[in-house]
Amino acid sequence: MSSPQAPVAHADAPTAPPSEPTGRRGRRLSGDSHARNVTRGFVLKLALMALVNALGVYVVLAAWAEDSYGILWAMVALLFAANYVYFSRRAIAMKYILPGLAFLLVFQIFVVGYTAWVAFTNYGDGHNSTKQDAIEALLVQNERRVEGSDAYPLTVVQQGDALGFAVLDGDVVRAGTAEEPLAPVDDAVVEGSQILEVPGFEVLGRDAVLAQQAEVTALRVPVSDDPEDGSIRTQDARNGFAYTSVLEYDEAADTMVDTTDGTVYRSTSDGTFRSDDGRTLNVGWRVVVGAENFVTAFSDARYALPFVKILAWTIAFAALSVVTTFLLGLFLAMVFNDPRVRGRKIYRSLLILPYAIPGFLSALLWSGLLNRRFGFINDVLLGGAEIGWLTDPWLAKLSLLGVNLWLGFPYMFLIATGALQAIPGDLLEAAKIDGAGRFRTWRSVVLPLLLVATGPLLIASFAFNFNNFTLVYMLTQGGPRFADASVPLGHTDILISMVYSVSGVDGSAPKNYGLASALSIVIFLIVGTISAIAFRQTRKLEEI
Amino acid sequence: MATQTAAGTGRAMDASGHRRLTGRKFFLEVGWRHVVGVLAVVYAAFPIVYVFSAALSSRGTLTGSNRLFADVGLENFAALQDTYFWHWTANTLVIATITGIGTVIMGAAAAYAFSRFRFSGRRVGLTALLVIQMFPQMLAFVAIFLLLLGLGNVVPALGLNSKLALILVYLGGALGVNTFLMYGFFNTVPREIDEAAKIDGASHSQIFWTIILRLVAPILAVVGLLSFISTFGEFIIARVILQSERNWTLAVGLYGWVSDLLEARWGLFAAGAVIAAVPVVLLFLFLQKYIVGGLTAGAVKG
Repeated sequence: MSSPQAPVAHADAPTAPPSEPTGRRGRRLSGDSHARNVTRGFVLKLALMALVNALGVYVVLAAWAEDSYGILWAMVALLFAANYVYFSRRAIAMKYILPGLAFLLVFQIFVVGYTAWVAFTNYGDGHNSTKQDAIEALLVQNERRVEGSDAYPLTVVQQGDALGFAVLDGDVVRAGTAEEPLAPVDDAVVEGSQILEVPGFEVLGRDAVLAQQAEVTALRVPVSDDPEDGSIRTQDARNGFAYTSVLEYDEAADTMVDTTDGTVYRSTSDGTFRSDDGRTLNVGWRVVVGAENFVTAFSDARYALPFVKILAWTIAFAALSVVTTFLLGLFLAMVFNDPRVRGRKIYRSLLILPYAIPGFLSALLWSGLLNRRFGFINDVLLGGAEIGWLTDPWLAKLSLLGVNLWLGFPYMFLIATGALQAIPGDLLEAAKIDGAGRFRTWRSVVLPLLLVATGPLLIASFAFNFNNFTLVYMLTQGGPRFADASVPLGHTDILISMVYSVSGVDGSAPKNYGLASALSIVIFLIVGTISAIAFRQTRKLEEI
Repeated sequence: MATQTAAGTGRAMDASGHRRLTGRKFFLEVGWRHVVGVLAVVYAAFPIVYVFSAALSSRGTLTGSNRLFADVGLENFAALQDTYFWHWTANTLVIATITGIGTVIMGAAAAYAFSRFRFSGRRVGLTALLVIQMFPQMLAFVAIFLLLLGLGNVVPALGLNSKLALILVYLGGALGVNTFLMYGFFNTVPREIDEAAKIDGASHSQIFWTIILRLVAPILAVVGLLSFISTFGEFIIARVILQSERNWTLAVGLYGWVSDLLEARWGLFAAGAVIAAVPVVLLFLFLQKYIVGGLTAGAVKG
């Protein structure tokens, strides 16, 4: 494949050719001021830092333009850190750590913190943005044609890829697109009430308009930057009508008023406008809701029972996966741990095949093999039986464990073989001299040593399977669905796939980032606790 | 085998003195192991045989694939031409390669710093890395999605549906995953070597690039390969970030084939799976010794 780092035969074979001392940021030269060093390395460092700074400044400016101050300050901080570290003579260790650390801070540590913050908000569908955005969206969404207003002669125009309108308002031609509010255009060519040419825009012909009819009738060109001023829309691409919102935002009282029936919607602390009789407007904004998401996960009727079931299954799945794969792997390792067996190398190479194959391919392959009607297992091996390996709640769980056994036993086989071979022969001999039988030697000498050697790996394997999203999602997608739940969860869902379904990022369910993040935090806590306890335990094992 | 271990047998055999066992005794001592071995190999290999058969089957459906090697043809492989398969392959290779190289360089640099320099915050940093290692990055995929949503507004090239953004996200996990493993390996390189080089006038960067990196080449290869392989198979973050079909990776694309139209696209999937798996498997078998060494030392393969 790519990056063929072939030099495995010799420990001293070159991996990083010295003739190409790039790195991510030239570390060739430190603050050393040997004149002879101020050559290639220093120039390279300058060039790389110039590039980094240029990109950084670009991001800063772009963030400034978009009013994204979080990104702006983060970038400024990173730039200062980078320039200090690489041009100072003091922070030598940091020169090596910073590149990885910068990525780690942004894409691992920050996102975990961000997850924690989102977990305490109602971020999701209906609560996607700030209050300001929500008000604008509400005003835009609730526009109606102004009763009895005149039609403006209108022409469909295009600017770049964006459709727009040009309207004749008295003698003035105004033009704009969905993003650019209407603005007067000088030197437009008008004949009667028809606009023929608009400088800066391309006038679309009849055919072009017909081809994009749906887009044209859906187009909304705002009259000004203020959404309360309304917009121009058209049905027939000839006449434009003024639309204004039936909602009015009263900034002083912080209420939305429906001008058609006078209903007053008050802004509430949970991020919506609600009327006195309990009706709410469909766009809200993001607010901190405290522990509400956690309460939902543990006590809301829709989520609580599935959550408990899924939590139990996640732990069972991870634990059983480790146990079954370890037992099979250990058994095979013992079988082949005998110098008299010929061809052990070949056996070994063949047995690790399932592990060498990328996991997602295996999972997909097995989902076909286990297919209820057409799968190889049912159709051929079981002579046409229609067993719902992936559609029956219990069989689906069994299938998951079975497929994971196939995927995972080679790894356990490898580490068990390694551990067995590392047990010193004289220990076994000593046990024999002391009169221990085969079983006794095994139980009192081999097994403890084996567990000390493989313990941390078994824990890592547990943690990995605890979050084995790929396998579960590719094999069963969490299904079969719970019968009693209105949420997209199923019998084989594990916590991480529950997070995925609840978050709605794939568009199959309403988005609920807040609840999904809260569940992620729960996983963090569980995985962290288990790892901490387990590592402490294994350290104890080592001391013995 | 170098070490003499008679663990399972209890009957010490002189390694050089091959006594021939015959008949019943042979079976009880050794023969049954071959029986177990063959059964295990059948268990391990039959899905693989099946996928080859399905890839070569000219019917291209799940049912049609059940008669192993009934009809052999290359139609499925040819049909991949009409899909995005080769885009996905290229995307996956580019993303996994860059991630692998970046992971190795950044991880090795950090491991070098922790192993060779004494600075304030070193112990805290090492402990923090151990802790971070426990929390896979993908747990925060919702926040990653939201972060890229925001970044995309500022710099579209770093937003959702960008392969570059995906690579950056993967690189964010670089330090957390295998730095500790590398740190341990770096520590096994005697410091006297550095000191000798320093006395000869080498700067710390020269020591790093031209001396240390060569001495730890095996671990670099292992970490790079494992990073490559795990990125190759990474699904959840890739699926969340890459949205248009052209930008997908193999994991996302092949999943789409199997989940949408299992019946119709089965042959295509099988052919694609063979193409995707063969290089990775060969790499794995070829470098078995090194990868296995790394795995038992605590590295992670996704």
